Amino acid sequence: MKIEILNGQRLTSNGQWEQFDNIRIENGHILSIDSGDSNFVPERIIDAKGCLVAPGLIDLSVSLREPGANVNGTIDTETAAAAKGGFTVVCSTPDSSPINDSKAVTKLILELSKRENNCRVYPLGALTKSLKGEQLSEYASLKDAGCIALSNAFNPLQSLIVTQRCFEYAKTQDLCVFVNPMEPSLHQGAIHEGKVSTIVGLQGIPHTAETIAVAQLIQLAEATGVRLHLSQLSCAGSVQQIQQAKNTGINVTADVAIQNLLYTDQTTESFDGLFHCQPPLREEYDRLALIAGIKNGAIDVITSAHRPCEAAAKLMPFAETAPGMSTIELVLPFAQQLAKHSDLPLSTFIKSMTSNAAAILDLPNPTVERGAIADLVIFDPNIEFTLAAENLISKGKNSPYLGQELIGAVRTTMNQGRISYSLNPESLT
Amino acid sequence: MPSSIQLTSTGRLKHFLTVSGLSKDLLTEILDTADSFIEVGERNIRNVPLLRGKTIVNLFFEASTRTRSTFELAAKRLSADVLNINISTSATSKGESLSDMLQNLEAMASDMFVVRHAQSGAAHFIANSVTPGVAIVNAGDGWHAHPTQAMLDMLTIRQKKGSFEGLKVAIIGDILHSRVARSQIRALNTLGVDEVRVIAPDTLLPKNLESLGVKVFNHLEQGLVDIDVVIMLRLQRERMQGALLPSEQEYYKLYGLTREKLKLAKADAIVMHPGPINRGVEIESEVADGNQSVILDQVTNGIAIRMAVMSMAMSGQSEQVNDDAMEQAR
Repeated sequence: MKIEILNGQRLTSNGQWEQFDNIRIENGHILSIDSGDSNFVPERIIDAKGCLVAPGLIDLSVSLREPGANVNGTIDTETAAAAKGGFTVVCSTPDSSPINDSKAVTKLILELSKRENNCRVYPLGALTKSLKGEQLSEYASLKDAGCIALSNAFNPLQSLIVTQRCFEYAKTQDLCVFVNPMEPSLHQGAIHEGKVSTIVGLQGIPHTAETIAVAQLIQLAEATGVRLHLSQLSCAGSVQQIQQAKNTGINVTADVAIQNLLYTDQTTESFDGLFHCQPPLREEYDRLALIAGIKNGAIDVITSAHRPCEAAAKLMPFAETAPGMSTIELVLPFAQQLAKHSDLPLSTFIKSMTSNAAAILDLPNPTVERGAIADLVIFDPNIEFTLAAENLISKGKNSPYLGQELIGAVRTTMNQGRISYSLNPESLT
Repeated sequence: MPSSIQLTSTGRLKHFLTVSGLSKDLLTEILDTADSFIEVGERNIRNVPLLRGKTIVNLFFEASTRTRSTFELAAKRLSADVLNINISTSATSKGESLSDMLQNLEAMASDMFVVRHAQSGAAHFIANSVTPGVAIVNAGDGWHAHPTQAMLDMLTIRQKKGSFEGLKVAIIGDILHSRVARSQIRALNTLGVDEVRVIAPDTLLPKNLESLGVKVFNHLEQGLVDIDVVIMLRLQRERMQGALLPSEQEYYKLYGLTREKLKLAKADAIVMHPGPINRGVEIESEVADGNQSVILDQVTNGIAIRMAVMSMAMSGQSEQVNDDAMEQAR
């Protein structure tokens, strides 16, 4: 399909917003930028006046909830939500049911994701069998079936010797390992341990539950030479350690969940289960350190950490609620908030979710340049709307933003030159 | 905010979930109302018709003798109909969710739930999910709050000491797991005592406790000096298992309130305990039964305090429902 995008600003490879007259797309690629060739006859024209055009976003950690109990979400609904959020690639976490620790489950996920073809799904294979943290799963088979990396999701590894062997074997198979750092004996509770946990009387998860694990994992990465990616950091102390590790040349990268950039544990004082997250929302100085880490490169990637939950999963006393937020559709409006209130430039945010994420997955660097694959998001930074549950495509309506005003909406998402999402402006009113 | 859900639009009590966020005036009103009910308890006919025709459900997800019985007595003295539900033998064990169970109980035209639950925030959750007009009284949620216990303690302190001004109060023991201590700290600070101290080893103290306006002491001998009110907390036996304490013997040696140690406090200091007491673990029998002990006064005051908050919350609910109806009519 031949598509022409007119009159917007594109994000260039060096991170600048640059005005363009036209971007022409053919055969799934960007054919030209600002071409005067009058022989190009587009089948579709998209007016991007006032809009920003960036590479399609890549998410390293999404719970698609399928296979599994479909009340929380399905591959169809959650990939459609991802496309609406501007994503062209998502990595699915292995904590499905059944767990993605076999070729068969990987293939099922890939097959289901191709049915609606909302975005490209790269499954993360289970780092250990049944995610129990005890035995290696079949990395070679998982890789062969299409797993792009390995992860133990939120399940702890039983011992450091298991972790070491996972790292060694993953290195042998040339697979990157994603680990959510947590020391299980310290990771008990549902919120951050601090003033708020003291006030509300909930068992708190201390900083050390994460920072001790980060220290151990970095040392094992150095010892084994594995490509280690630390998922969803929440502590200032973790950012510092990653920075030091990178400075000494250890092969480690890291991401942070968007909710840890938006909120602190202050939100949990009202016992609202929507703020029950894993890792927990921490203190303001942690939030600021995470943002600084993105800006100075200690943290490579921001992830939506999208985790849709059915309504009943949050209708319980706080500690009994399921952790997670439904975030993937609103990542760019959130990015604008962070740009406005937390001094995190939109281009830095997008770079973290495009080229930085692609580098970790060994995918081609996504750009809005001539010859690049036409994975694009067209974002209108000025649309204002009040978020209603029915606006969300995701089955998970577990967003604390319901009823609140947001600014900015994705108009179009393009996946390899095919339009995978297109905004119906009436849907926002 | 956690506090505003328990107040009507005019600032009166409609649920009683936590002491946190309530004003000194409102806490004083609870104490004054309770004082007026103490007289009821001393009459031959001990009932007043304030809640006649109302149905109060005691919803206890955790075992309790003292709290449940005093709530039941308080409700009966207010002439309400009382239904006691012991959850361990009931619905949730059949897999029914808490919100479904509440809806069923509401369908039986209940006007108030008195809730005890092992999870912090359970009473808030229930208050957020019941229909307007139904009052929730928190009878203890997890480690979070036990506001009627705190208020009956305040009533006892006011009876014995006359006022809160100038008082130094020490709370001793397992603060970390104590909903009672959290509520007491709030109440004491709101009512304006001079100083609240907590005395415990670090393993039994929650983080950033100083931010609640307390002075932290690790040693009983230091913390007791100059104290007017000594509040002992119950030590649960299972605390030895989680590596929080080495033994009951060592705990008693360091933190047990003996006659000797009590001498470090002011001569007229009173000794309180929310019960049930572990004699020889946190308190010496002679102290628990001694003339400085006001432990049984606390139990008696529990009925009056519970009558006060139940009648106040019910009237706040009626007022709010009327206001809402007027608002709608306009």
